[in-house]
Amino acid sequence: MQRYIVIRLLQSLLALWVMSLIVFALARVTGDPIDALLPIEATLEERETIRRNWGLDKPLHTQYLVFLGKAVRGDFGNSWKWQGHTAMGLVLDRLPATLELAGVAILISIVLALPIGVLSAVKRDTLFDSVGKILALLGQSLPAFWLGIILMWVFAVILGWLPTSGRGGIARLILPAVSLGWFQVAVITRLVRSAMLDVLDSEFVKLTRIKGLSEWKVIWKHCLRNAAIVPLTYFAINAGVLMTGSVVIENVFVWPGTGRLALEAVQARDFQVVQAIVIIFAAVFLFANLIVDILYAYLDPRIRYQ
Amino acid sequence: MAQAIPETVPTSTPGETVRAVAPARRFPGIPLFILLFLLVLPGLFAPYLAPHNPIRGSLRARLKPPVWVQGGTITHPLGTDKVGRDILSRIIYGARISLAVSVVAILVSGAIGTALGLVAGYFGGRLDALIMRLVDISLGLPVILLALVFVAAIGASFGTVVMVTAILLWARYARQVRGETLSIRERDFIARARVAGASHFRIMLRYIFPNVVNTLTVLATLQIGAVILLESALSFLGAGIPRPTPTWGSMIADGRDLIVVAWWIAMFPGLAIMLTVLSLNLLGDWLRDYLDPKLRNV
Repeated sequence: MQRYIVIRLLQSLLALWVMSLIVFALARVTGDPIDALLPIEATLEERETIRRNWGLDKPLHTQYLVFLGKAVRGDFGNSWKWQGHTAMGLVLDRLPATLELAGVAILISIVLALPIGVLSAVKRDTLFDSVGKILALLGQSLPAFWLGIILMWVFAVILGWLPTSGRGGIARLILPAVSLGWFQVAVITRLVRSAMLDVLDSEFVKLTRIKGLSEWKVIWKHCLRNAAIVPLTYFAINAGVLMTGSVVIENVFVWPGTGRLALEAVQARDFQVVQAIVIIFAAVFLFANLIVDILYAYLDPRIRYQ
Repeated sequence: MAQAIPETVPTSTPGETVRAVAPARRFPGIPLFILLFLLVLPGLFAPYLAPHNPIRGSLRARLKPPVWVQGGTITHPLGTDKVGRDILSRIIYGARISLAVSVVAILVSGAIGTALGLVAGYFGGRLDALIMRLVDISLGLPVILLALVFVAAIGASFGTVVMVTAILLWARYARQVRGETLSIRERDFIARARVAGASHFRIMLRYIFPNVVNTLTVLATLQIGAVILLESALSFLGAGIPRPTPTWGSMIADGRDLIVVAWWIAMFPGLAIMLTVLSLNLLGDWLRDYLDPKLRNV
């Protein structure tokens, strides 16, 4: 088990390192950062001074090592667009808003998907099951940003029940969280349903029935507990999907999180901030993956002895 | 494996034993019909089908609602946007981009992924380990964010969008093809080919590749939907095919700001995306059951 954890940890670090390479390379591909930094009328001398101060006169691999050394300490330099802020500071400032949104989205998806998935499996091939399947299919085919706009139109413009955008209070949280969680509802419903079908078929469930347990207890306690491991693995992917989704959804609802910061930074070609965001996102994602892998290996002994 | 095409699906008798066998899915007629009329035909023949110029609008016909809403006209059946461009025509031209991007991206990522998957599965060892690590890393990338970074670094264009999608999507093919190659290479006919003196390259191309084609077909069908969603999200964020080329995603972006006064601008391109992707998913599910029931978890 320990060996397994160490290997997975090393793999995650390797992935993070590759990300840093990509990010560094991309920032340099864009051309001379000096051009972005200084006005066109800057003299050659000014350019050289800046170049030396920023370490841009050194060979590329030295620059990368410097970048990596600072990145490890969470230092991605100062933002070009938001003067007086460090890139990391900006990202950390905006991170709570994104986590809040993602957290509520996960909550919504579990609260909806678990019962729908379980009932779909129990009432297999009934109308309820069909509706559940259609919902799941739709969820995987809807562009989240479009769903967000349509929800905004229906609930904010036509019905006037909820505000259209911004952050603050539960009312403003509902629409973006639902749009972000919708895809998850679809996927988790599908996973829970198929996992439940497998479990319902197994010998031990027959045994619990023979023992005379109530149907309610059989399904919601014994079956669900065994079926839950499948959706659990999905949470690793979930983290990535939510992070990616937040970029789109935060821009639909003008939600002041890292996703919106990412787009603003990209548009302003503020590569210090972009680098910080990509690395943080990757780190969060890899960390989530790691946790789930370890949890899974803990729950399912076959994996850890591979 | 690939040869095991189920000619007939066992007729189901009620009971628990049949549960393992998927019920025969009906032939996806409606999805194919939708794909043909929403994606393929408009994509190929946009200039002949579109009633209006998709880029130049008429200022006299600004923000016209669809024909069935009061104030709408039959000249613009789905209404117009804020500069008087016909929504229907733009959706028809938008299909071109969706079709082109998805076809090219699928071909490129499929080629890269298949080649790497074959090599990894066939040779095994260190090479396999290396390629599979790359696959793991690639599957773990925050897709949209990286795409945004790419586009910011290189600039938005058709080529960039295709490249980004291809780079981000090859890993699934590689993983699947590698898995199948691992089992195929142990089979007798591969050993015989080797004895007969076939080169590694020839064995991979002539003996293994044909056996993974079914898998690739299913995977590609399901991935087209993913590509279309990704492309539309990039366009929505302003990081896709540059304006004024009409794309479904950028049309939705236009509609977002006007959702209060003109819901139809965002509504119809979104419906187009949804129906297309939904149809592709249904088609892919059917293909999977038909060609290769082992692919249940793709």
